[in-house]
Amino acid sequence: MQRFIVLTLNGLTEGSIYAAMALALVMIWRATQVVNFAQGAMAMFTTYLALFSLERGAPYWMAFLVALLCGLLLGGVIERVLVRPVESAPPLNIVILTLGVLLVLEAVAPMIFGGQIRSFPAAFSIVGIKLGSLQVPFSAFDLFTLASVVFLMVLLLLLFQKTDLGLRMRASAFNAEVSRLLGIRVGRMLTLGWALASLVGALSGLLIAPTLLLYPTYMDQVLVFGFTGAILGGLDSPPGAVVGGLAMGFSLSYVGGYFGSDLETVGALVILVAVLMVRPRGLFTLRAQRVV
Amino acid sequence: MAIRLARWPSRTTPTLGRHLALAVGAAILLLLLSSQIGAYDDYNLAEVAIFVIAVAGLNVLTGVNGQLSLGHGALMAIGAYTTSLILRGHDVPLILVLVASVASASLIGAVFGIAAARLRGPYLAGATLALAVGLPQIATRYSHVFGGEEGLTVTPPGPPDWLGADFPPERWMAWIAIAAALVTIVLLANLLQSSVGRSFKAVRDHEAAAALAGIDVARTQVHAFVVSSACAGLAGSLFAYWSGLTAPAGFGVALSLQLLSAIVIGGLGSLSGAVWGSIILVIIPALTGGLASSLSLASSVANNLPLAIYGSVLVLAMLLVPNGIDGGLRRLLVLARTRWTGAPSTHKGVVDWDDPSGG
Repeated sequence: MQRFIVLTLNGLTEGSIYAAMALALVMIWRATQVVNFAQGAMAMFTTYLALFSLERGAPYWMAFLVALLCGLLLGGVIERVLVRPVESAPPLNIVILTLGVLLVLEAVAPMIFGGQIRSFPAAFSIVGIKLGSLQVPFSAFDLFTLASVVFLMVLLLLLFQKTDLGLRMRASAFNAEVSRLLGIRVGRMLTLGWALASLVGALSGLLIAPTLLLYPTYMDQVLVFGFTGAILGGLDSPPGAVVGGLAMGFSLSYVGGYFGSDLETVGALVILVAVLMVRPRGLFTLRAQRVV
Repeated sequence: MAIRLARWPSRTTPTLGRHLALAVGAAILLLLLSSQIGAYDDYNLAEVAIFVIAVAGLNVLTGVNGQLSLGHGALMAIGAYTTSLILRGHDVPLILVLVASVASASLIGAVFGIAAARLRGPYLAGATLALAVGLPQIATRYSHVFGGEEGLTVTPPGPPDWLGADFPPERWMAWIAIAAALVTIVLLANLLQSSVGRSFKAVRDHEAAAALAGIDVARTQVHAFVVSSACAGLAGSLFAYWSGLTAPAGFGVALSLQLLSAIVIGGLGSLSGAVWGSIILVIIPALTGGLASSLSLASSVANNLPLAIYGSVLVLAMLLVPNGIDGGLRRLLVLARTRWTGAPSTHKGVVDWDDPSGG
């Protein structure tokens, strides 16, 4: 039982990171129908920028903010400069384009910051909280991770559901042509969508860096599990992304804990394929649409 | 049909004969070429030929049939591990090993193809990505069978005695790979010209219309997956012979993504595009590796320069030649024809049925 609780808490923390990554991917998918394979590498790059600021003497929260703002900027620039010109190209071309961006970022980061493995500080203690004499395997930093992901999600939910800007962004993603006729600057909305998504991605990079340590490819596995989480939940559904990401976290943790850590990934991916066999468009997509 | 005949008078000659004649011509040219170059270039030539097989197979699945696979590296791994396991402690003729590798990869491909036929677009990409990530880990987990991280060694095939004692083994490997690649290309070219190939394209272009025309969509998709997996298995087997080692690190997600980038850079849905893409896959690392070491750069820059250049090539290619090298060359050809004859191209107004991007 105690083992189960440990694994559950572990899955919850890891899952919240995958949920953030999945949410970033879903936001970009909804805006431009692109799976952004560079999302992880972009977060890696902004986390390096945070480390760079820390080494120049910036306080932790300043560096945190720098990374988030650079994420916002990076996402917007990539959409405007690279993705916009190939908007009407076949979807596979855009996939290859984002792969190219991934490779360039993973090659340029070690050129600038050095390729060796670096440690990245956590905002709070990463030692388990003590409740009386019992040490719970859940640290203050885990709590912060969970809280900040939830906080950001609530903010995004409010933005999309309660504000005029959010409505315009949803309209642009839903039907660009009609939105343009209604006077929405669709291009700007798409850039903003990418920028916000990449901010969410940057947050996931900052939160996982103390655990995984910082090196140029450290976000690759987060991207893979975030992506599988996103399709598990259904690429069109932000709540689906969150549930899918958490589900990935739990299944990785349980499979790793009960069947051995070297089967962790295989087990989680088997679960993914099994779910897709029953729900080919993810758990949260309401109805399969067939374009005739 | 009338449009086709008007555009390609040569199509009146039998397809198989035309493809065989082209293949024999290519074989002679490549044999001459491989005899003129050094052992290292022969080694690279063999690599290109091996990639041609895998990339052409993937292009049939993704370019012709419209199923996106991020897991083709894993299917190559199945071919490579089949080869390594057969050769462990046994001396089996090359051709039997190749056939067995193709068979095992086809079998796994069929199973996965049945699952994949339910999935579309990014969902299929995710499931195949799971294959690419998961399969190498199984090799690590059951290390007593698959040799773990260190992998299994394979003895490369030695040249037969009648070629002389000093015949370079790299050249013999290149010949084997080229022969396999040409056979694969001829078979695929014929398949694509047949009714099977047409139903592959029909399913890609419009599933509902294909179903209304009497094509069993799911069955066609499984067929495409099997054909494609067979190619991947053959390529994987040759890869094991060529590299002399089958280890999980060689068949990671990176390999699958390389194959995918090759079909898009070469030209989606065309076999000549597969050849172009494979050449790019081998040439760019070779050239940039040399460039990086010849410039006196800091090691952190020099080590990562090839990757940066490869990534930039992907980005630039998508921005500048969205239809791949094959599409770009076709466009040049049409332009040149217009220029020389002074008349507008006969292509205008004719729907190019073979062009995946047009129509």
